[in-house]
Amino acid sequence: MSRTGLILGAVLTLLFTGAAILSLVWVPYDIEAMRIAERMQPPGAAHPLGTDHFGRDILSMIMVGARTSIAVALVAVGIGMGLGVPLGLLAAARRGGWLDEIIMRGNDLIFAFPSLLIAVMITAVFGAGAVNAIIAIGIFNIPVFARLARGAALSLWTRDFVLAARVAGKGRLRISAEHILPNLANLLIVQGTIQFSLGILAEAGLSYVGLGAQPPIPSWGRMLADSQTMISMAPHMALFPGLAILLTVLGLNLMGDGLRDWLDPRLRRDAR
Amino acid sequence: MSLLRIEALGLSIHGHEVLRDVSLHVDPGEIVGVIGESGSGKSMTALSVMQLLPRGARCEGRVMLAGQDVLSLRERALCGLRGQAVGMVFQEPMSALNPLQTIGAQVAETILIHERVGRREAMMRAAEALERVELPPERVALSRYPHELSGGQRQRVGLAMAIALRPRLLIADEPTTALDVTTQAEVLKLLKRLVQEDGMGLMLISHDLGVVAGMAERIVIMRQGRVVEQGRFGTLAHPYSRALLEASDHVPARPAHEGQAPLLRVSEVVRAYPGKRSGWRGRAAPVRAVDGVSFDIRQGENLGLVGESGCGKSTLARAILGLEPVEDGRIELDGQPVFDGHGVNRAVRRRMQVVFQDPYGSFNPRWSVARLVAEPLYLLDDPPKDAARKAAVAEALTSVGLKPEDGARYIHEFSGGQRQRIALARALIIRPDLIVLDEAVSALDVSIRAQMLDLLADLSTRLGLTYLFISHDLSVVRNVTDRVLVMQDGRIVEEGATAQVFEAPRHPYTRRLIAATPRLPVSA
Amino acid sequence: MLQYGARRAMSLMVSLLVASLVIFFALEIVPGDPAAYMLGINAEPDTLAALRAELGLDRAAPLRYLDWIGGMMQGDFGISHTYRTPVADMIAERLKVSLPLALYALGLSTLIAFPAGIWAAQRRGSAVDLGVMGVTQLGVAIPNFWFAMLMVLVFAINLRWFSAGGFAGWEAGIGAGLKSLTLPAVALALPQASILTRVMRSALLETLGEDYIRTARAKGLTRGQALRGHALRNAMIPVLTIIGLQFSFLLAGAIIIENVFFLPGLGRLVFQAISARDLIVVESVVMLLVFAVIVVNFAVDMAYAWVDPRLRGQR
Repeated sequence: MSRTGLILGAVLTLLFTGAAILSLVWVPYDIEAMRIAERMQPPGAAHPLGTDHFGRDILSMIMVGARTSIAVALVAVGIGMGLGVPLGLLAAARRGGWLDEIIMRGNDLIFAFPSLLIAVMITAVFGAGAVNAIIAIGIFNIPVFARLARGAALSLWTRDFVLAARVAGKGRLRISAEHILPNLANLLIVQGTIQFSLGILAEAGLSYVGLGAQPPIPSWGRMLADSQTMISMAPHMALFPGLAILLTVLGLNLMGDGLRDWLDPRLRRDAR
Repeated sequence: MSLLRIEALGLSIHGHEVLRDVSLHVDPGEIVGVIGESGSGKSMTALSVMQLLPRGARCEGRVMLAGQDVLSLRERALCGLRGQAVGMVFQEPMSALNPLQTIGAQVAETILIHERVGRREAMMRAAEALERVELPPERVALSRYPHELSGGQRQRVGLAMAIALRPRLLIADEPTTALDVTTQAEVLKLLKRLVQEDGMGLMLISHDLGVVAGMAERIVIMRQGRVVEQGRFGTLAHPYSRALLEASDHVPARPAHEGQAPLLRVSEVVRAYPGKRSGWRGRAAPVRAVDGVSFDIRQGENLGLVGESGCGKSTLARAILGLEPVEDGRIELDGQPVFDGHGVNRAVRRRMQVVFQDPYGSFNPRWSVARLVAEPLYLLDDPPKDAARKAAVAEALTSVGLKPEDGARYIHEFSGGQRQRIALARALIIRPDLIVLDEAVSALDVSIRAQMLDLLADLSTRLGLTYLFISHDLSVVRNVTDRVLVMQDGRIVEEGATAQVFEAPRHPYTRRLIAATPRLPVSA
Repeated sequence: MLQYGARRAMSLMVSLLVASLVIFFALEIVPGDPAAYMLGINAEPDTLAALRAELGLDRAAPLRYLDWIGGMMQGDFGISHTYRTPVADMIAERLKVSLPLALYALGLSTLIAFPAGIWAAQRRGSAVDLGVMGVTQLGVAIPNFWFAMLMVLVFAINLRWFSAGGFAGWEAGIGAGLKSLTLPAVALALPQASILTRVMRSALLETLGEDYIRTARAKGLTRGQALRGHALRNAMIPVLTIIGLQFSFLLAGAIIIENVFFLPGLGRLVFQAISARDLIVVESVVMLLVFAVIVVNFAVDMAYAWVDPRLRGQR
C-alpha cells in the first residue's frame, strides 16, 4: 500500500516539476498575449484546459504557475532547513544550557504568532511579491525544523554510539556533524516534503489574496482569484488551477508518507 | 489430568515458522520452567496459550486448557478464559501497567470484567489481591499510580491482576528479568508461595537457568522453536542442554593475577546531581550518585564492580572515562589526572577505552564497520592514514575473531554477539591499557556470553590488558575477576579478592546480594 | 497540580510580555507613516505634525508601548487611525463572526475526526481504514479556499441552499447566522478534520501496541474494551495538542476563507488595516490573537495534567 502511494506520489511530483521545467523552454501558447476573441473557451482541441477571461491558454498558465509555486515553496523549505536544523542541533548539543533555552523560547514565540496572518502582514507591509512570500513562509519553517531536529537529536544523544564518540575524544559540534546529522537525514527528507507541500498551499493562499507573485507572473492562487467572479460562467477556470494545487500537494504528501515508511527500518520490519 | 497440555503446537507468523511440534504440559500445583535463548520461541509458546499472538499468526496442533482446546475457541470464549482460568505476568514492569489509571482500578478491572459485582466490592477484592502479593493497601494505597511505585512493586501489581480471580494456571514470562537481584529473589519466593497456597500451575519462562533451577520441578529446554528436551533438572542429558548448562556458569581459563603497581587510582571521588525541584525556587538536597569512592586498579588486573541498578556504578564508570565532571576527588591513570584544569586530558584518555552494554545502540548505523572501529584513532596526535589505518582496523578486527573484510559491512548485518566483538575491536584499536566493560556481556545469550568471556580472558593475557568489569550479575563477576568492589548507594561497601568476598562476605549488603543470586545446583 | 498550573501560568505571563514587545517594535520599523497615509500625499507639513501629535505618534516609542499595554489591560485598545472609532469596539464586532466560525469549524472537525480516527485504527489495514486514509489524504491536500469556491458553485449558485457570501448577522436570528457560517465552517473544517483523523488514528495505533494493552487483554478484555478503557485516554495527549493548535489557527487563519465568503471577520479587519497603515488596529488584533494562542496552549497544558497523573507531580 505504502509502496503504491510512494510511486503515485513520485509520479505526480515528477509530472508537475517536469511541467515547470518544460515551461522554461516551451509552452503551448504565449501567456502574455491576450486573445479576447478566444476568451473563456471551455476545454477543447485547441486549448486542452480552455482559456481564461483574457483568452490566455490555461494549460500554459498552469505550467508557468507551477514554476512559481515550486520555486517559492522550495526556497522557503531551504530557509527553514538551512536555519532550523543547525539551531536545533545546537540546542540539542547544549541541552539545558542558555543557548538551548533561548532557541526553544524563540521557537515557541514564533509558533505563538498566527502564521498565515503574519505572512499576510509581511507581504502587505513590505510589498506583495514572490520574494516576500518566500520569506513569510520560510520564517515559519524555521521552528518546525528546529524543533524536529532538536527532538530527534536529543534521543540520539542518549545513544551509546555518541558516548563512544566522546570516549574517542570528539567534541559536541563534531559529534553533531558526524553522528547526529546523518541519522536525521531521513527525518529531514520526510519533513521537507511535507513542508514543501504546505509551502505550495501557503503560496497559493497568499497569491489568492493578491500578496504572492505579481502580474504578469502567473500563479495558481491568482488564477483562482481571477476565476471567482466568473465561476458560474466558466467553471473550468476555477477547476484546473485548483486541481493542479491539489494534485501537487497530494503527490508530495504521498511521497512523504511513502518515504517515511520506506526509510524507517522500524516500520519496514512491522510491515513485513 | 493436566491443567495445560500443549500437543504438537506449530505456529507461523506471516508464513514464517516460529514454533514446530511443541508439546508440554503443566499439572496443578506444579512449576514448569521453560528455558531458551532469544528466538527459541518460549514467549510465543506462552502467547499461543493466551491466544494473544501478533497479527498474521497461525497455530496448529492442540492447546488443551481446562478441558477445552484453546485453538478452536472463538474470541468471545477466549476473553472469558483470560484472567479467569489463566493469568499472565509479563517482563517489563515499567510498561506493563496503564500509566493513567490507579493500581486499584487496574486490579479491580480483572474482577469487573469477569464477574457481575459492583465497583466497591471489586475494589475490596483488589485490595485483597494486593495483600496476597505483599502490597498491603496500608503501605501502598489503591489510589496510587504506577509511576509512583518501584519496579518490584509494579511487578507485584501485575501479579495481583493476574491472580485476582485465582486462576488455575499462571504464565510468567521473564517476570524477574528486569528486576534487581534482591527484588528478584523476593518475587520468586512470592510466586512459589502463591503456587503452594492456591494449588495453581505455573509456567515460568526464563532465559536464566539459575532462576528456573531453584523453582521448577520440571524444565523444558527450547531452541529455535522446538522443544529440545524436558525433565527434572538433574536428568537433562541432551548435548544442547549440557552446553547451555556449562555456558551459564562458564569459567574462562585465565592465569591468576599477581598484584602489581596501581594503574588507575580513584580517590575520594564525588559526583552529585542537583536535587529535584520542589516548591517555587527550592530544590531538594543534591543526590550524591558517587559519594567519596576510592580504589585502585592494578596493572593487568580484572577488577569487578557489582551493585544493583541506581547504585552509581555507571556514573562512576563515566567519571573514570572523563565523560562526567566530578565535584570532588581525583582520578589518575599512571599518576596523570583524567581531568586537567579545564578539560579532559587527551594523553590519559587515549589509554582508556570502553565497551557498553547495548549491542544495538553502540554503533552509528550509517557508518561502515571500518570507520566505526577506527573512530578512537582520533585521539592520537598523528592518526594513521590510508594503508596504515586500514592495517590497524584489520588487526583489531582479527584480534576479536572477525575478518578484515567485515570492515566494509554495516552494523545491521551483524548479530548481537558479533557487535560486542566489534565494540571490543573499537576499544582495542588504540592499544589502551584499561578497558571499562560496562555490562558488556549482560545483553548476550549465555552461549554467546561464554564465548565473549573467553575472548576477553584471552586478550587480557595476550595484551596485558586491565579490565574494570562492571556488572549487576554476580555469578559472572565471580567467574572472571581477580578482585571485586561492591557498591551500594554511591559508596563502596566491600572490597577484596573475588574468591574471598564470595566465600566469606563481611558486609551485610554483600551477604544479601550473594544470597539472592540464583545459583545452579552443583548436582547437575 | 496547583504547582504545575502556577508554573505554567508564570511562563504564560512571560510569553505574553515578550510577544507584546515583539509586536510593538516590529511594527515600529514598518515603513510608512500612518499620519501621512491618512492625509494623502498633498498634506501640509504642519497639518501632518498636528495629526501626529493628536495620534500620539510624536512621543518616544517606549512611552507609547507602556501606554498601549496599560490601555489594553483596562480594555482600552486605542482609537483606530482611519475609522476614528475605538479599536475595542471594532474587534468586538468582528469577533462576533470570527469566534463562532472558529468554534463551529473546530466542532465539526472534532466530531468527524474522533469517530473516523477510532474506526480506522480499530480496523487497521481493512478497506475502511484505506478509505478513511485516502479521504484524509485528499482533505489535507485540497486548498480550502478552492474547496470553498466549489461549494459556493454547487450549494449556493446551482442548488441555492446557501447564500454565496456575506454574513446575515446575529440580529436575524441564530439560525440565519449559523446558516451563513456553514459553508465557511465546512471549508475550514475539512483539512483540520483530515489532520485530526490521521493524528487520532496514529496515536491510537501507537498506544494499541503498548505493553499495557497486552496486559489488559490478558485480563480478559476484548479488543474494543481495551481500546476504550486503556488506549483512548493514553492517545489523547497528541490529539489535544493538535486540537489546541487548530483552534488558534482557525481563529486567525480564516483570513482567506473570509475573503472567499466576504465575511466581516478579524482576518479581513487586519487585512484592511494593514493596507491603510492603521497600525494600532493591526497591533491590537495581532496581540489579541497571540494572547488567544498562548491562553489556549495554557489550557492544553492543563488538560495534559488532567489526563496524565505523571505530570501533576512534577515541574
